[in-house]
Amino acid sequence: MRYKQKRILKLVFIVAIILFSYFLYHFYGINLGLDLEGGSHIVLQAEPTEQREISDEVMKVISNIIERRVNQMGLAEALIQREGRDRVIVGLPAVDNPNEAIKTIGRTAVLTFRNAQGDVLMTGDAIKSAKAGYGGAFREPVVNFELTPDGSKKFEAITRQYLGQHIAIYLDDEELMNPVVNEVIRGSGSISGNYKSVEEAQNDAVLITEGALPVPVKVVQSRIVGPTLGKISIQKSITAGLFGLLLVGIYMLIYYRFPGLLAAVILAIYGLILLGTLAGLGATLTLPGIAGLILSIGMAVDANIIIFERIKDERRSGKTLKASIDAGFKRAYTTIIDANVTTIITALILAYFTSGTVRGFAVTLGIGVIVSMFTAFFVTRNVIDLFADTKLLNSGAAFGLKGRK
Amino acid sequence: MNILGKRKIWYTISLVILIIGLLFISFKGMNFGLDFRGGTLLEFKFDQEVSNEEVRTLLADTGLIEGAKVQQTAEEGINGVLIRTKELSPEQITEIQDILSQAYPSTEVLRTDMVGPLIGQELRVKALLALLFASIAIIIYISIRFEFRFAVVAILTLLHDVFITLGVFAVIGREINTAFVAALLTIIGYSINDTIVIFDRIRENMKYYQRKMSFVELANKAVIDTLPRSINTSITTLITILAVYFFGGASIKTFMLALFVGMFAGTYSSIFIASPLLVTWQDKISVK
Repeated sequence: MRYKQKRILKLVFIVAIILFSYFLYHFYGINLGLDLEGGSHIVLQAEPTEQREISDEVMKVISNIIERRVNQMGLAEALIQREGRDRVIVGLPAVDNPNEAIKTIGRTAVLTFRNAQGDVLMTGDAIKSAKAGYGGAFREPVVNFELTPDGSKKFEAITRQYLGQHIAIYLDDEELMNPVVNEVIRGSGSISGNYKSVEEAQNDAVLITEGALPVPVKVVQSRIVGPTLGKISIQKSITAGLFGLLLVGIYMLIYYRFPGLLAAVILAIYGLILLGTLAGLGATLTLPGIAGLILSIGMAVDANIIIFERIKDERRSGKTLKASIDAGFKRAYTTIIDANVTTIITALILAYFTSGTVRGFAVTLGIGVIVSMFTAFFVTRNVIDLFADTKLLNSGAAFGLKGRK
Repeated sequence: MNILGKRKIWYTISLVILIIGLLFISFKGMNFGLDFRGGTLLEFKFDQEVSNEEVRTLLADTGLIEGAKVQQTAEEGINGVLIRTKELSPEQITEIQDILSQAYPSTEVLRTDMVGPLIGQELRVKALLALLFASIAIIIYISIRFEFRFAVVAILTLLHDVFITLGVFAVIGREINTAFVAALLTIIGYSINDTIVIFDRIRENMKYYQRKMSFVELANKAVIDTLPRSINTSITTLITILAVYFFGGASIKTFMLALFVGMFAGTYSSIFIASPLLVTWQDKISVK
């Protein structure tokens, strides 16, 4: 009686875990990586100048400015992360023209007003805010700017001095315009830089307002995946994975008979627990991550095969079914632990040394293997026990045994 | 079945394959992809079919695709073009995009990948470091759980699998990318996993049959007893890999091919190389 109660309790526990996993998966969902959902991964590297070395302080300023620029461009869910000594990683969701956005994010963007000889008369510091708008005779896109009180005084003096002459406006080394000063300007003004669209003007406005980066940054890596490719990849991977699982299930059923069917059901339970765990941990699924999942499914199947083969061995030596199950599991434990711990070690080291998509693979593989050990030791054990009294497991054909009753 | 008695045959088969692979690796070299060498990959999709020549002509004046490879996309059911060229700045990538969009309004960016040369070099160093540390950690673990010689043999076996996979990729000239590195590390995990299941049985047999059987006999018994498991596991794993290879997207194919070769080698080596090496080691001790 005690034994039966314990067994029922364990089964209730398994059902609870399945339901909880489904709950996690349903409500939290799985984060998709950029290769599945589309998006950009950009690595920027700061480059020291003669005036400035790369320090922690400089990097903080850079990532702050980049963050503000990204926010100003209205890119929600962007991810800004420092890496190593001199790098910043920017993750962007799928946008229409990511390369245009990257250009804006990574620009040093010092705005300067220069005279005909190229001498800098005033820098962008004097500007309080800048916004895109329409202006000029043809209502073309322009950047309207407002000056700080100090800047206003300065600019008034400059425009007075250069009245009737050219003053060029530069963004970094790019000349935006070279207008003739028609009147003394104070308070606010506008720049028309032959912009094709308001968005383009808005990007420059962001650069002018959010200030210059202390040192130039260079794009050392950019990985952009359009939403179409992501959709193709995820659809194909899911179809392929399900097809693979189906084939494995059929194979197990033919080879091990009823226990094989149980293994297929356990595999489905495993899949659900794994999805729930990934959702609960907030792991990001990438394309190699799906491969890691498929591999861990292979290892989950392997655990079941090891257990079944052990039970079969014990049956051959003449033990009863119950004794065989007990001994089989006991002996399979050490094998499965030793075999899986080495995989977990590899996954951990891989996750530590790599970044990006490969790390996604290592993380899903590691989680997958741990969940597969739990499934093998707990779920398989209890499901097999459940049928231990039935003919389905006692028959000669079960476990693929031949010529035994 | 006396598998271990014929170990010289298995050693010869493996050595021949390894030597062919190593010759190709040293003379033909590995085809390192963008991730390792640096450069830019651009993939565009169009509504109508666009030939490689049309793209080349359109972009010739920019000078951005000098010495570049232009191919049709490998993704099925899509009219697309794949351009592999040198390292480009975001400005230059936008320039190419604008030119194509003007010529074909339906132009859609499937992906753009730019890797600076420094990043590629770092990846190579990181991959080697990961491999080295994983090997050391595995040696320590197996030495504790088994014996030192089991650990050494396990590492030799996994090197066997890794070099066969590298060799096959050198022979077929397939491009090597980050996914390939991930595949190699997976193969290591799988190879060790497979080898340990048999070693575990040898360890057990050593306990039960030490007095009654010679080491060759009990090792051979372990290999034979675990044979159904070895075959079933590799069949189920290879089925899944093949399913993903044939039905998965183009970008995952290299990864799956590497896994297939490596796991095939892994199953073979766990049966025909790992345990025979242990026996050879034992023989050397006995002779002394």
